[in-house]
Amino acid sequence: MSSLFTYTLRIADSSLILGQRMSEWCSKSPTLEEDIAMSNISLDMFGQANGFYQYAAQLDGLKSADELAFRRNEREFFNHQLVEQENGNFGNSIVRNFLHDTFNFLFYTQLANSKDETLSALAIKSLKEVKYHLRHSSNWLVRLGDGTEESNAKTQVALNELWMYTDEIFEMDALDTELFNEGIAVDNSALKSDWDTMVNNTLEKAKLTRPEDEYMATGGKKGLHTEYLGFILSEMQYLQRAYPNAKW
Amino acid sequence: MQSGNTKFIWELLNTVPDPEIPVISVVELGVIREVKFEDNSYTISITPTYSGCPAVKTFMDDIKSCLLENSIENFELKIVYAPAWTTEWMTDETKEKLRKYGIAPPSNIVICPQCNSKNTTLISEFGATACKSLFKCVDCLEPFEFFKCI
Repeated sequence: MSSLFTYTLRIADSSLILGQRMSEWCSKSPTLEEDIAMSNISLDMFGQANGFYQYAAQLDGLKSADELAFRRNEREFFNHQLVEQENGNFGNSIVRNFLHDTFNFLFYTQLANSKDETLSALAIKSLKEVKYHLRHSSNWLVRLGDGTEESNAKTQVALNELWMYTDEIFEMDALDTELFNEGIAVDNSALKSDWDTMVNNTLEKAKLTRPEDEYMATGGKKGLHTEYLGFILSEMQYLQRAYPNAKW
Repeated sequence: MQSGNTKFIWELLNTVPDPEIPVISVVELGVIREVKFEDNSYTISITPTYSGCPAVKTFMDDIKSCLLENSIENFELKIVYAPAWTTEWMTDETKEKLRKYGIAPPSNIVICPQCNSKNTTLISEFGATACKSLFKCVDCLEPFEFFKCI
């Protein structure tokens, strides 16, 4: 497996898993407009994942994009642990998405300058969509945080619970560093200060308190996950596992 | 047929409607980036509107059937991502077709397609398809779809 293949797969995995989580809101969102919004964002995430999987499949030459998505096990997925966290109440999902959308916005802005033409093109494309996603989750965060006493309290709890997953998104392992030195990958750690500024500004508007960094989770890049990923995969991959190569 | 007839292919493609907005063709939508004739075969480069737009698969199938019905068999459809699709490629003529169909065309000012009022308000940034958001006219009170600028 080449480093570029693994790097591409990591990006695809985070998009796919967040897309799958968002799709769980379909028909269950608080209002019709929100149902449409969540489903639309989910589709964007699947589309972005597809672009990166297609590229990974082309680099690898062994597995198709569908095989990469539907025939790998939990330990072979490299998504951020943040995106696999449960939807919970609407506030939990909004906080999770806001934290990740802010990262995605900064990440794709940098990946757009990648020397790898395909990664750069996919980043420019994804960025256009991520701007909408970030606006959506930021607006909701302010509405919930600066809403009623109850919505503020629930959103603050969500933020406190999810905070431990916000450290690993900035990690750089040997593979990241190798590709960053070649001008291909993004220096994730360099995104942290802009992420802090953006997150702090929105939290302030939302009248929410930024949690302290305590125990911070890690492992997504190594294929280590929280208990939720297995459940996501067992549902998402069921059809292709039970009826291999089934087509619409 | 050494040089191929790319102009004819463009004309055929211009008859394939957008599956969601049938008043405009895939050419007018701006997703057909290039038609090339090389080694006795056409290569048609297509760029997706939104990454996950389900209409892309549908219009790729429609393009295939249209070409096959016209006895064009030597072609290949290729997805390209750069430059990323933008509503800036849409001509004024296409925008007018959208407006007549009841969809406010991409623009900095959102104008009601029913009564032309500029006094409009956003209902939701996300609409029935990835490319549209939902608005309401404050004057005539009609809700309508707005083709997002991207």
